[in-house]
Amino acid sequence: MTFITANWNPLGEAFYRKSELYEMCWNLRDGLRDCLVAAAPYGGPIALLREPVRRSPSSRPQLEIYSASGVSIASFPWKSGPVVHLGWTRHFSMGQEVVQSQVLEAKVFHSPYGTGVAIVTGSSRFIMATNIDDLKLRRLPEVPGLQGKPSCWVVLNQDRQTKVLLSTGSELYILDNTSCTAVSLPGLAPQGGSIVHMSVSFSYKYLAVLTDSGHLWTGPSHLQDKMSEVDTKKLTPPKQMVWCRRPKSQQPSVVLMWDRLLMVVGVCQDTIQFPTEDQCVLVGEMDGVRIISSTNQELLQEVPLVCQEIFKIASMAPGALLLEAHREYEKSSQKADEYLREIKEQSMLGEAVSQCIEAAGHEYDPNTQKSLMRAASFGKCFLTDFSPGQFVTTCRELRVLNSVRESSVGLPLTHTQFKQMTLQVLIDRLVYRQFYPLAIEMCRYLKIPDYQGVSRVLKHWASCKVQQKDLSDEAIARAMCAKVGDSPGVSYSDIAAKAYECGRTELAIKLLDFEARSGEQVPLLLKMKRSQLALSKAVESGDTDLVYTVVTYLKNEMNRGDFFMTLRNQPVALSLYRQFCKLQEQETLKDLYNQDDDHKELANYYVTASYREKRLESRLSLLQSAVDEYNKAKNEFSAKATEEEMRLLRFQRKLDDEKGAGLLELSLQATMEALLALGLYKQAEQLYRDFRVPDKRYWWLKLKSLAEKEEWDELEKFSKSKKSPIGYLAFVEVCMKSNNKYEAKKYVSKVTPEQRVKAHLAISDLDGAADAAIERKNDSEIATVLSRCSAADRLLIERLNRASTAKK
Amino acid sequence: MAAHLSYGRVNLNILREAARKELREFLDKCAGSKAIVWDEYLTGPFGLIAQYSLLKEHEVEKMFTLKSGKLPSADVKNIIFFVRPRLELMDIIAENVFSEDKMHSSRDFHILFVPRRSMLCEQRLKEQGVLASFVNIDEYILDLIPYDGDLLSMEYESAFRECYLENDQTSLYHTIYGKGDCARHVANMMLRMKREFAGSQNQILPVFDTLLLLDRNIDLLTPLATQLTYEGLIDEIYGITNGYVKLPPEKFAQKKQGEASKDLPTESKKLQLNSAEELYAEIRDKNFNAVGAALSKKAKIISAAFEERHNAKTVGEIKQFVSQLPHMQAARSSLANHTSIAELIKDITTSEAFFENLTVEQEFMTGVDTDKVNTYIEDCIAQKDPLIKILRLMCMQSVCNNGLKQKVFEYYKREILQTYGYEHILTLNNLEKASLLKLQTSSRNNYPTIRKTLKLWMEDANEQNPNDISYVYSGYAPLSVRLTQVLARPGWRSIEEVLKLLPGPHFEERQQLPAGLHKKRQQGENRTTLVFFLGGVSYAEIAALRFLSQMEDSGMEYIIATTKLLNGTTWIKSLMDRPESQIS
Repeated sequence: MTFITANWNPLGEAFYRKSELYEMCWNLRDGLRDCLVAAAPYGGPIALLREPVRRSPSSRPQLEIYSASGVSIASFPWKSGPVVHLGWTRHFSMGQEVVQSQVLEAKVFHSPYGTGVAIVTGSSRFIMATNIDDLKLRRLPEVPGLQGKPSCWVVLNQDRQTKVLLSTGSELYILDNTSCTAVSLPGLAPQGGSIVHMSVSFSYKYLAVLTDSGHLWTGPSHLQDKMSEVDTKKLTPPKQMVWCRRPKSQQPSVVLMWDRLLMVVGVCQDTIQFPTEDQCVLVGEMDGVRIISSTNQELLQEVPLVCQEIFKIASMAPGALLLEAHREYEKSSQKADEYLREIKEQSMLGEAVSQCIEAAGHEYDPNTQKSLMRAASFGKCFLTDFSPGQFVTTCRELRVLNSVRESSVGLPLTHTQFKQMTLQVLIDRLVYRQFYPLAIEMCRYLKIPDYQGVSRVLKHWASCKVQQKDLSDEAIARAMCAKVGDSPGVSYSDIAAKAYECGRTELAIKLLDFEARSGEQVPLLLKMKRSQLALSKAVESGDTDLVYTVVTYLKNEMNRGDFFMTLRNQPVALSLYRQFCKLQEQETLKDLYNQDDDHKELANYYVTASYREKRLESRLSLLQSAVDEYNKAKNEFSAKATEEEMRLLRFQRKLDDEKGAGLLELSLQATMEALLALGLYKQAEQLYRDFRVPDKRYWWLKLKSLAEKEEWDELEKFSKSKKSPIGYLAFVEVCMKSNNKYEAKKYVSKVTPEQRVKAHLAISDLDGAADAAIERKNDSEIATVLSRCSAADRLLIERLNRASTAKK
Repeated sequence: MAAHLSYGRVNLNILREAARKELREFLDKCAGSKAIVWDEYLTGPFGLIAQYSLLKEHEVEKMFTLKSGKLPSADVKNIIFFVRPRLELMDIIAENVFSEDKMHSSRDFHILFVPRRSMLCEQRLKEQGVLASFVNIDEYILDLIPYDGDLLSMEYESAFRECYLENDQTSLYHTIYGKGDCARHVANMMLRMKREFAGSQNQILPVFDTLLLLDRNIDLLTPLATQLTYEGLIDEIYGITNGYVKLPPEKFAQKKQGEASKDLPTESKKLQLNSAEELYAEIRDKNFNAVGAALSKKAKIISAAFEERHNAKTVGEIKQFVSQLPHMQAARSSLANHTSIAELIKDITTSEAFFENLTVEQEFMTGVDTDKVNTYIEDCIAQKDPLIKILRLMCMQSVCNNGLKQKVFEYYKREILQTYGYEHILTLNNLEKASLLKLQTSSRNNYPTIRKTLKLWMEDANEQNPNDISYVYSGYAPLSVRLTQVLARPGWRSIEEVLKLLPGPHFEERQQLPAGLHKKRQQGENRTTLVFFLGGVSYAEIAALRFLSQMEDSGMEYIIATTKLLNGTTWIKSLMDRPESQIS
């Protein structure tokens, strides 16, 4: 542990270290010679294409994908033409134009808009797509005098624009969407010579340019400044040139690689040289450079400042002292106290703890991490108000990082990279690599909400699982149910869609059964032509609109008979469709009822229809159909009522024809009323008998009608025709309504004793009322009469009062 | 403006604010000046959410009513249709859009569907060839409209009809003790939805302790009875729509001194009724017979307050008096309004017709002669009283008698068909389907059992100082509310037998709450229950629930939600079928 600085190399004020990440697990017979290699940043996988230039048309090179630790992930023969460049993107196609012209060189780049690709065609034109997910090819303007490919070029991202910087040897141009501008490097010595190599930093902010005289120019990529110029004293162009810097770099550098030499050239003009044995590939990261050889992989990086401060020989930084204090403490030495006191005297303990925690994050070796964290924890004990957040987070994150750095997983992420790429992306990567258990463990360990964590992993696991051809539908469904269960946010319909894509319809249906949201099941079921099931699911969802969608779909897909049969099994859908038909397709409604032998509804339908009909004949025939259906439905009452209605209609028409009575559309009661008003007593009488109108109602009707017409004689005759079923109080009241007291009086005597008081009162005969009430010895009636008496009726009041007291 | 919504235990104003925000967001999506074309049905509910001023702030310059033909001209950039998702409305919109195109104007069209977007409607627009003319097609989810501090309504008139007549239960989609088929359906739906949304939004502190879902069909009786609370009577007689009532103007004529009241206002008086009005909040739920006393008491207080001015001696006292003036004047005009309303109602409640009707209702409810043809109903038919009144009474008799005997039933039906016309056979069929009318199939009538066990009839209902919910119907305790009351104490276990007599299943679901979300109840803090009436609720039932909330020892507060506020008349109306109206 004391030798932690053993692999540190000074560069200017700072240090660089090269530490081994992995011994590669792969076994490459010929090393990396003659291979096209592309490694994805952030510790991503390595793609390797052997002998990209075909020796004979029949040989198909093998494209192999390895994890960063050299574990084989995939391998497949390359079937297309010669490969110019290998880069990591998603799947895409660049279209016809590119296919027709030869691709001389290509570069894959990353921009805020996603992953882009730029190529040089055989006709020396640049074509660029800034985002392959939203593929728009842009042909950049022509470069004057460019023949074949340029000597070197890079893609720059500036001011939210993607540009190409290229050199034709002596000239330097910037190509953007509209123009090609000649530029020069500020402060490049005139004897510099022509440019042979260019490299842009990970962040696209810095540019390094190497000339054929071995001069390395560095500066910001907007070319308005120069950082430094170093003579490498190497005249052969390097194989690769990559920026090596880190966020808040003290001493950025450019790494150049020749066959047997690796040179780190600092902007401070200092250099470090490493001899290399083997063919290597450099991979630029945001905080260093990965060096991949056929046997191992190393990380070259500037030692982070905080690590320098702690581990630098004889450092007096608080973190260094704390580490020392803890070491002494573990040895049970009292020196621990001395160191601690020293830090505390400067009140730097908090700072010291923070430093240790931060440094632990940057260290790759778990033992170093541990000793730093222990020191931090030790220091923390002497602080009262130190937030534990940083300590806890770092512990957790380190645990996660250590587990993904394992050779079997092979994600050599640094803490800085991890923070940049976020946990979400890390989980995604693990998921894509199918490290499901690890990903789930990690989610649980870091307490990520299920929605973003475990569920997402399970979702991916499931869609992967359904593609396993060797497992039966049953087994997969069972496994799925056991593992995924009710995990929130896992959409079974998505998984089922995947299964369907793989041609496993049965499995898809099984899986859809687990889907909680019926609405989600429907579209896929329709796609799979399981319309019946789709319909029942739509119904289950309770979403009217969804049901209608399926119904409309079925209606267009099926013949009418099948369609109706399907609906018949789904009462809710059927009712909805009926409602739709009621508003839109009356005829269909009839067919529907017919199909179901729903005679009652059919009858109701005919009744409704009859009211839409203007012509009496058609109306009657519709009503006749209604009668038939009511009979079939054994609804005797309705059948009879409808027959009655027809009878009434015929009667009304006859009278309308004969007398122009205008009876049509009137109810039976209104018809009789109209007849009475017209004086057609006989006809009214006929209706009354034919339709068996209850006496009471008819008497009321006739009574009112006669009174209204003031046919008092006729009324009297009517009252004597037989005993009134509505009593005679009604006669009194109706007469009074027509203000005929004289006529009213005629009927008072006929009123039953119970109503006699009321009758007398109705004709304002207080004396009569009083007599009746006293005779009946009814208190409440006496009270009623009393309430009607005014002060003038003094005698009467006395009489009533006497009667009521006498009774008591 | 809507402060009365936030007084309650649960701040319902949040809902209103959310609805307003959503509306503003949609309006801002259509940049520039705009005109709104309203589906007339929606203006009422929207009035409860936003006034014209809010629309105006968002550049709404004109408002039209949706009708076929050409759109009125308006110099605006956007035309927005606010419509319910109904096919017939789509046809009108299509016509509007077509006639517009001929004029070569460059106005943008938008549609806002309330409360749901519908593929069916969009399909119709597509068929008509106008779908592409719309820049924005959106939905405005206006489900529960806050009416008052403790009252929410979906204002979905046809919910009951759809569930029980058309067998379409999808209106329940929007939405856990429960009683009834639909309630079960909703509960299932909710449990499923909860599963779907789990994880994404469970971290909300629950505001309700219990949700009680009640189907209207377990208690068909209550809405049929004439409500006897002040608010209930206003609704029965004049009809309250969207919190407003229109009253005959005569009583409200401003009588100014020296000016003879020669020109009576002819337009009916429109008043907003909610608990924002102090006096109304006080008397709305009282039995009408207790309203007079309350009003006169209030009158005394107010006039006493005005008398205060004579006692105001110092400048300070006068200043204080003046500062209270606006409040006092508002109270006085409120008092004047309600005195007028009470007079109007009194004219009706003291009439013989009202009394007779009420007597018959109460006879039915107490089980007197429910198995015979009722002479009052007979007379009413002979007098050609409004059909709905007849149907209400008939349904009531049927419900209280567990169905009518065939002879009685057919007699009534014949009477109705002959008097009001044969087309009403459809309405009668509907009522039968909804079990409001039915044929007695078994000789056992279980209504008396229910009435006795649940104490639905209280002989000595105290109207002035009520001690039981039965005061809202002067004797009859609404079944639905009684169930709610029993649930709170002593629990439904005690009435298992009766619950079995009511239609549909009853059930209980307990939701698992994440630890830490359990509310810490303060000492003396009441539990809150949300009672959701599926298929509608009457004002009297609401009054009864409010009464329960206020009872000191109840320990429970109720918030009420429903698909629609109704009374017997509007309810029966929603179940009627008039063939002629279907022509259009």
